[in-house]
Amino acid sequence: MSNHLNDITLKIWRQAGPNERGRFETYLIDQISDEASFLEMLDILNERLITEGREPVTFDHDCREGICGTCSLMINGQAHGPQKSTATCQLHMRKFQSGDQIVIEPWRASAFPIIKDLMVNRSAFDRIIEAGGFITAPTGGAPDANLIPIPKPVSDAAMDSAECIGCGACVAACPNGAANLFTAAKISHLNLLPQGQAERYSRVEAMVETMDDYFGSCTNHGECEAACPKSISIDVIALMNKDYRKAKFKNRKTSARAD
Amino acid sequence: MTTDSRLNSKAPQGAIEDKWNNYKADVKLVNPNNKRKFKVIVVGTGLAGASAAATLAELGYQVDAFTFHDSPRRAHSIAAQGGINAAKNYRGDGDSVHRLFYDTVKGGDFRSRESNVHRLAEVSVNIIDQMVAQGVPFAREYGGLLDNRSFGGAQVSRTFYARGQTGQQLLLGAYQQLARQIGLGGVRLFNRTELVDVVVIDGRASGIVVRDLMTGEISSHSAHAVVLATGGYGNVFFLSTNAMACNVTATWRAHRKGAFFANPCYTQIHPTCIPQSDESQSKLTLMSESLRNDGRVWVPKKQNETRPIDQIPEEDRDYYLERLYPSFGNLAPRDISSRAAKRAVDDGRGVGPLKNGVYLDFSDSINRLGKDVVAERYGNLFEMYERIAGENPYEVPMRIYPASHYTMGGLWVDYELMTTIPGLYAAGEANFSDHGANRLGASALMQGLADGYFVLPYTIGNYLAPMLNQGTPDTNHPEFKKAEEDARNRFQGYLNIKGSRSPDWFHRKFGKIIWDYCGMERTAEGLQKALSDLEPLYEEFKTDLRVTGDGESMNQTLEKAGRVDDFIQLGMLMCRDALERNESCGGHFRAEYQTDDGEAQRDDDNFCHVAAWEWTGDPMKAIRNVEDLNYETVHLATRSYK
Ligand SMILES: Cc1cc2nc3c(=O)[nH]c(=O)nc-3n(C[C@H](O)[C@H](O)[C@H](O)COP(=O)(O)OP(=O)(O)OC[C@H]3O[C@@H](n4cnc5c(N)ncnc54)[C@H](O)[C@@H]3O)c2cc1C
Ligand code: FES
Repeated sequence: MSNHLNDITLKIWRQAGPNERGRFETYLIDQISDEASFLEMLDILNERLITEGREPVTFDHDCREGICGTCSLMINGQAHGPQKSTATCQLHMRKFQSGDQIVIEPWRASAFPIIKDLMVNRSAFDRIIEAGGFITAPTGGAPDANLIPIPKPVSDAAMDSAECIGCGACVAACPNGAANLFTAAKISHLNLLPQGQAERYSRVEAMVETMDDYFGSCTNHGECEAACPKSISIDVIALMNKDYRKAKFKNRKTSARAD
Repeated sequence: MTTDSRLNSKAPQGAIEDKWNNYKADVKLVNPNNKRKFKVIVVGTGLAGASAAATLAELGYQVDAFTFHDSPRRAHSIAAQGGINAAKNYRGDGDSVHRLFYDTVKGGDFRSRESNVHRLAEVSVNIIDQMVAQGVPFAREYGGLLDNRSFGGAQVSRTFYARGQTGQQLLLGAYQQLARQIGLGGVRLFNRTELVDVVVIDGRASGIVVRDLMTGEISSHSAHAVVLATGGYGNVFFLSTNAMACNVTATWRAHRKGAFFANPCYTQIHPTCIPQSDESQSKLTLMSESLRNDGRVWVPKKQNETRPIDQIPEEDRDYYLERLYPSFGNLAPRDISSRAAKRAVDDGRGVGPLKNGVYLDFSDSINRLGKDVVAERYGNLFEMYERIAGENPYEVPMRIYPASHYTMGGLWVDYELMTTIPGLYAAGEANFSDHGANRLGASALMQGLADGYFVLPYTIGNYLAPMLNQGTPDTNHPEFKKAEEDARNRFQGYLNIKGSRSPDWFHRKFGKIIWDYCGMERTAEGLQKALSDLEPLYEEFKTDLRVTGDGESMNQTLEKAGRVDDFIQLGMLMCRDALERNESCGGHFRAEYQTDDGEAQRDDDNFCHVAAWEWTGDPMKAIRNVEDLNYETVHLATRSYK
């Protein structure tokens, strides 16, 4: 049977809109089942706020299964909270104790402006994908799926990178607000696969340069890997950097040839 | 019964294998240079919407895509775990288009339209090719070829998968293709924007009215055709495995504008979800059906068993699926497995602290295959289970129980995926088309992508071609202005009630009514009770709702109010549909209609049809219209998985 947690102090960032000033507000909560998820604890708080005639805390969430990447909370200074490889929505109250103080903030990064309270705008990620995070394969003309065998280790490595849920924890955790882990994960996914080779170098160039338009630069702190709910390895950044260097060289050569 | 003239399926002539080719040979085309003169609105950017929007833009149409999510990559499709079916027969185990077609019709308990299902099976093979070309990292064997697994209701291995995250990988594939078109300017994306009404002018779908979730602003968008790919309504039960934001508003608002809503009572209760652990829970979590490949389902033979698991000897365990359905065993279809679990729990043989689950036990597989192989197949699902339930499934069997998962019902569409409103299409889970009364596992992803990639891009041209050189409708037309005004009043109205209960309070309350009376087992008496409870509850909603905050900034409570309003109305229609269908079929199980051994008893003489409901201003007064289902290829048979 479940136990209850009591006397929990929540310090939550409240901000009415993108251009408003924010502040912390403190709420005391009791009688939270340790089976409850962290977000269910916020649901309970929000129901209470509505009953009291106050505005509930705005936060982003959807699947609550750790896969959509919508949830995005800084919990006690850690992106997605204390449990390793776990998105906020998969964190459960059994990881906390009665009497705890929990500080909840939005992702803090200049590329992710706050919309309201704990909700931020992560559209800059979409811009990076639009710049080149795809394989050009218009519907209809694809050859048989088994025509090109892909060695299992290659396909597994591509999948390891493709697991990225686009939540932005890497950016939030990075002291520079860099998006290198996110960008490199996509590049590594596509650049490892045979299908991704044709656009390998144009992809990396376009994506990295778009990334640089929005985000800070990477100085190898490694905080991103520690915060990633999918444990994506920082090695992907090395691959991206290598391909980017080659791209600068190759893309110059190809355009010279075209002249 | 005879088919209502407005429900002409437009299934093409010819033998079942030839229909789709015949259709494509005769369809009107829009020449490549003219395509850019047409604008198409696609609402929803899940698998169905993203694939449709990207493909239409590649063909040259101007596409405006809408999603209430912050990014297309977040759609509920992302959560699909298990896999996607395709009749590739890469295993050489006897699969074929015909077999997939037959399994789907049978799985749907002979309540789907043959012509649509056959086309789905035909294009299934193209989907896998397309997704591999886009870089979807499906699981592979050591030789580098694609791997497959089995899913419920099939005796072949035809399910392609990417670890336990197939939906994620497929959605990211479709999203990336869409992102490319956004980058190229072929698609304009409106994110965090919710459809709140559909506009019909002179009998044609002419556009939509939307609400910007960040500013509350209401505005109109017009187009030559509108596609709704807005997902299913499984959240009508409040607790479900659907993502929190999934809702029925888009299809319900279209219904209110004249699109018939088909078979709302066909809902799927998935057998393997993590049981509810306490009253304040907001969401249930699915454990993929693929786990039933290697997990064995059991409960103690004795009621109110008190011994710990390891002290319950083999002879005191009831592997009830293996016992009742020897040829399919743990892979019996979902509706059947769910009811069997419910019966075990109702019989006092449930397990876990609240006695509300059954075991899914991997010990035999771990002994036979080794922990590593099991971890390779299901590692991330096991981790997810442990995070939520706090128990390690390598050591203790999982506990599972059925939960709302998918909705077969949806907007009625013809062979071209057009609703009863000309120019309004529905794709993916939003339509009712291919799964009859029960969907087989791994077939929703297949259908969403089939609709978006390979069906709509053909059929929509047939509608558009004759409209060449007609501009898009004027958004100053009185119908647009009226719809905007109605939407503004509706949302302001929720704020003005200033009652005492939150939208979630209402959702929880009516969701429980629907679950109790229109869930896994239904009776006429229970459904009447539900209807008599729902009407006053809806009145209470209209007079006692409390939404705090304002309508000019992000307000999730206000969003929720609109969605709950539509859900309650849909709930009424579901109960009416369930009440009128005096038979049991697939996910619709009426206790009065069962065989001696407790299986669903269909009534083909009176109910071999689609019920398509017509809005009249009140869900309690909606009119039931009928499309007869004519089985030309498959023989109607009693569904048996014994
Ligand atoms: C946990 C889980 C696991 C599953 N696993 C599998 C599986 O293994 N295999 C399988 O085949 N199927 C599976 N399914 C089912 C399958 O995932 C869904 O049926 C399918 O993904 C639905 O896709 P869709 O494109 O129709 O809708 P969705 O993915 O739900 O997308 C709906 C889109 O519409 C938008 N939208 C909705 N309403 C509005 C509105 N009013 N205004 C603007 N935008 C709107 C949303 O923003 C979203 O973009 C699973 C389902 C669940 C719940
Ligand atoms: S809500 Fe989807 S990842 Fe957390």
